Amino acid sequence: MDLFEYQARDLFAKHGVPVLAGEVIDTPEAAREATERLGGKSVVKAQVKVGGRGKAGGVKLASDPQDAVEKAQQILGMDIKGHTVHKVMIAETAPEILEEYYVSYLLDRTNRTFLAMASVEGGMDIEEVAATKPEALAKVPVDANEGVTIEKAREIVAQAKFPAEVAEKVAEVLVTLWETFVAEDALLVEVNPLAKVASGDILALDGKVSLDANADFRQPEHEALEDKAAANPLEAAAKAKGLNYVKLDGEVGIIGNGAGLVMSTLDVVAYAGEAHGGVKPANFLDIGGGASAEVMANGLEIILGDPDVKSVFVNVFGGITACDEVANGIVQALELLKTKGEEVTKPLVVRLDGNNAELGRKILSDANHPLVQRVDTMDGAADKAAELAAAK
Amino acid sequence: MAIFLTKDSKVIVQGMTGATGMKHTKLMLGDGTNIVGGVNPRKAGTTVDFDGTEVPVFGTVAEAMEKTGADVSVLFVPPAFAKAAVVEAIDAGIPLAVVITEGIAVHDSAAFWAYAKSKGNKTRIIGPNCPGLITPGQSNAGIIPGDITKPGRIGLVSKSGTLTYQMMYELRDIGFSSAVGIGGDPVIGTTHIDALAAFEADPETELIVMIGEIGGDAEERAADFIKENVTKPVVGYVAGFTAPEGKTMGHAGAIVSGSSGTAQAKKEALEAAGVKVGKTPTETAKLAREILNAQA
Repeated sequence: MDLFEYQARDLFAKHGVPVLAGEVIDTPEAAREATERLGGKSVVKAQVKVGGRGKAGGVKLASDPQDAVEKAQQILGMDIKGHTVHKVMIAETAPEILEEYYVSYLLDRTNRTFLAMASVEGGMDIEEVAATKPEALAKVPVDANEGVTIEKAREIVAQAKFPAEVAEKVAEVLVTLWETFVAEDALLVEVNPLAKVASGDILALDGKVSLDANADFRQPEHEALEDKAAANPLEAAAKAKGLNYVKLDGEVGIIGNGAGLVMSTLDVVAYAGEAHGGVKPANFLDIGGGASAEVMANGLEIILGDPDVKSVFVNVFGGITACDEVANGIVQALELLKTKGEEVTKPLVVRLDGNNAELGRKILSDANHPLVQRVDTMDGAADKAAELAAAK
Repeated sequence: MAIFLTKDSKVIVQGMTGATGMKHTKLMLGDGTNIVGGVNPRKAGTTVDFDGTEVPVFGTVAEAMEKTGADVSVLFVPPAFAKAAVVEAIDAGIPLAVVITEGIAVHDSAAFWAYAKSKGNKTRIIGPNCPGLITPGQSNAGIIPGDITKPGRIGLVSKSGTLTYQMMYELRDIGFSSAVGIGGDPVIGTTHIDALAAFEADPETELIVMIGEIGGDAEERAADFIKENVTKPVVGYVAGFTAPEGKTMGHAGAIVSGSSGTAQAKKEALEAAGVKVGKTPTETAKLAREILNAQA
């Protein structure tokens, strides 16, 4: 989960990374009091999870509380690269900035280690620095068990060639930033810019944090950081039911078991759709192993609740799970939805293979549901589902 | 022959006494796996009966190894305790640890991988978030269904469990030397490259099927490895062409970030290395069949 700047700022502050004061608001009028609390001046910063907001006019200086209200009015509701601004941060104005640096920690998947990245060329897009001046970006592996001690931080600072007068201060920031990275189970913590200001202090003026959802079990506070308002309502409903669902923009609803098979199903449907007016998959939905009738019903309910869906493809390979259980699950799910008053009105194409496939297919045939069609190969079933979606 | 797992493998199960551990220990025994013990400090000294097979429970991995000569551990330990369990397996020096557990935090998997490395990688880790591996007719360490196919001449390595089953099913008449599910997490122990190298060295493997998916650059690096080191034919499949950027597709590691980790880039890299890449699992199976038929 990617966080907003103000959430990153809060986490930085919690772990001792030096930041400026700031608070988040969602109405222009609230900018007045927030700015008063900061002594009468502020920076009004759009909170969007996308880069380049400064260039887009999403960051403005306010000279007094009334000015802050006006600037907040201009920025709230603004569209920045497809992201609507619903919140702004009213931040303390930075002292004069003398230099801008970059520091981050992230997972280096290729080398299966954590990585510190640091550069004295901060303030701009770091991917651009990496592409145009790779020598200006130091990349230092960090052992997950050894972490970043002050000695390690000094090594990072030395490799990135920070000026001597800030080296020790930056090293101290690197230690607190590492504490943030570990304590919050982050996949990424990034400060850009890390600024040297006129007083000589080092301040994190903007930051990005991405959190690991797999660590939610030991990070109870992270749930509150979710941007529930922005979540797609179908995705939110699926999450509430414990389903692994991603909304896409096509017409063929997909249910399958296993992440790899479902990803593959999306691709196979998209290929098949090329011959049927370009219909595409409407979603990713993995019901996992052991699909009970209830899980199947929950999945179908989500997918049929999507107005974009014109046909549904249920693609199951019975591994440990037997296909007769899956078939019973489908039949019971259809009944369950009927009793709930949500009768299925869209055609379903079902492909069952693997463990007890014959029995499962027989159960579907015997149930003889008018909207359920059996096709026994994955490619054939994808083609049928695409055809049905195109015909609607 | 086979890779990583044979009929002589002596297997213990960490987390055997939990519901998932019980279910799959029974299935593994049914597939002929030589399961010599379970590990649970709270139930040490007891035994568990699996349809007449009494499996002893030990307090630690080290004790289980000492008493039974175990050389493989399969882990069904919940995510919160998985790191400690893997570290215990590494400390005991077991040659192979198969981590089935899904949902382990990256800070934990990065930590146990770094730990394994600091101990000289004496313990091969497969997974986490994987279905394990099977050598049909000999042994099964994990949750891959044992009855899909028979012993044969295809080696399979895959990030995905269900696509492993699908491919084994498509090619069930030919059979497999070994099938290894390496897992869909961002940090995994055994990689495509490790399995490719092992299959290349395995005299009974005549063709290798490699299944990848979006995220990271493991497939691209595997392509480089194939170009330089693999003489046997390799057929590939990559899932996730239609995955949108920035969305995690079920597997924690399956995410396209910016322009990196795309299925298209992986497919192109594999094809540039001479790997035939199928558009669908079925077409991939067909390509494998054609190559084997042409050789016969």
